[in-house]
Amino acid sequence: MNHHRKTLGRTTLAVASATLAAGVSLAATAESPHPAVETLLDMGYPAPQEGELVHIPPTMADLEAADMRPEAKAVIRRGYDLFTNTQQLRGENVFNDMNCSSCHLGEGRQPFSAPVWPAVVTLPNYRGKNDHVNNLEERIAGCFAYSMNGTPPAYGSDDMLAMTAYHHWLAKGAPVYPDQPIYGRGFPAPDRPDELSYANGEALYGENCAICHSEDGSGHYEKGEYVFPPPWGDGSNNWGAGIVRLFTAAGFIKNNMPLGQPMSLSDQEAWDIAYYMSSQERPQDPRYAGDVAETLERFGPTFHRHSLYGQEGPDGQVLADHANWGEKGDEIKPWNVGVPRFEDLNNQE
Amino acid sequence: MTSKRIMGGLGLLLGVGLAAGQAMALEGDAERGQAAAGTCVACHQADGSGMNVPGGESWPRLAGLDADYLAKQLHDFKEGRRHNASMLAFANMLDDQQIADVAAYYSQMPVTEAQGGDVDEALLVRGEQLAMRGDWDEYIVSCKSCHGPGNMGAGSTFPGIASQHAGYIETQLRAWQADERSNDPQNLMGAIAKRMSDEDIRAVSAWLSSQSVASE
Repeated sequence: MNHHRKTLGRTTLAVASATLAAGVSLAATAESPHPAVETLLDMGYPAPQEGELVHIPPTMADLEAADMRPEAKAVIRRGYDLFTNTQQLRGENVFNDMNCSSCHLGEGRQPFSAPVWPAVVTLPNYRGKNDHVNNLEERIAGCFAYSMNGTPPAYGSDDMLAMTAYHHWLAKGAPVYPDQPIYGRGFPAPDRPDELSYANGEALYGENCAICHSEDGSGHYEKGEYVFPPPWGDGSNNWGAGIVRLFTAAGFIKNNMPLGQPMSLSDQEAWDIAYYMSSQERPQDPRYAGDVAETLERFGPTFHRHSLYGQEGPDGQVLADHANWGEKGDEIKPWNVGVPRFEDLNNQE
Repeated sequence: MTSKRIMGGLGLLLGVGLAAGQAMALEGDAERGQAAAGTCVACHQADGSGMNVPGGESWPRLAGLDADYLAKQLHDFKEGRRHNASMLAFANMLDDQQIADVAAYYSQMPVTEAQGGDVDEALLVRGEQLAMRGDWDEYIVSCKSCHGPGNMGAGSTFPGIASQHAGYIETQLRAWQADERSNDPQNLMGAIAKRMSDEDIRAVSAWLSSQSVASE
């Protein structure tokens, strides 16, 4: 890497942050890109397309320097703490081995790693997954029900407010309801190859992933503390989480893994690993009502047609044909799942 | 405490599992290791604390490092996967069993204090950022994300680096940058080291060395 460029980049960043305080948001232009974008380009990520919204969220160091009420800073810090150590809600809201930052790398700031600030500026909006208009709280609640295999903190609770405050901080300066497409949003999926290979995926997982996530997919805990998240099994996200969709998993892997070496796997390799990982078992989808085929029929069109839910697994068994809810057991049900909204408005149309 | 012990046991099993196939799964005996470690103490000291040598070759703290990690490094010196003239000579004096024994011996020692953290505050602030949160605008992943809680190590792959001498950490990061060290799995450390500036390396080394690790 060109070290001279890096030094120059830092200086530019310092000037930029002095002028704009924090949170840099601009439409992609011919001007020289933000240093964070330069880093991405060096690493092989695509360049912003003309007209795309490029937003580099402020950091926690920027927060300390920001002209804001100390009370607000304290709540944002609390939100950051919950985001990066969600395990502190274990047994209450979280019933697996994940943190928000397990999937949203770079503390939720990182482009191509499902940065979380777009949720702030694009919601409230319609969401196909639950077929109604969601706001930021409801979107975060969805992560708790599925990705954390748990049940969310209450709307308006201190924890929920702290998490939304952190999301808002990351969105600082970004336009609300932008017309432009967002650069680096989500986990952009590489092109799906014609054939996916379970055997190849298994071998690649062993070579590239198992050193951290372990052969059996259980991740790694050190003396009871989180280090690496489990890609499957009871410690992982349940069958209803977005990342069980193959294209989302392939997009996550291609853009983020192995840690520190994104964009190093070929599209085929990323998809094969995603296919292998997604063919393993995990806790049941909270939308399941006792029958896997029925659940598939109901949620296939909006969701599971992209996952292997209810499909034949590697050993000939039907995937997700079980009532294993993971650590939360069958007593705890996420209170936000299956709750409709605005039915009267919808009926008017 | 019980659950911690169980988790520790699981970690040990995992470590053995990872080491298997690399002919390192020999059981080490710390008492025999003490006898075999006679040649180590000149540099690494009797308490395994090593020494920070500013401007020279610092000798790493070995006390409290993971046994399988230590064994792997000794094998790597012997077999040419890690390069250091002094260590090549000493590692060559140890057979496989003695390597396991010496590794067990040092792994059981309490972690000692490290030197090299006496730098200005701004550098320490940068070091803490890199160690605990990283700098994603430069795609520098935090040390903690692999080296575990408190940077005290994770399994046998990722060594404890908190309370390690600054001079040693600096030298190693520079060696990774220059492709002079590459015995990490999948270039995990090398890829990140190459994105660090000189100042980043000095900052993170100083901050890590200033962290004390309470031994259980």
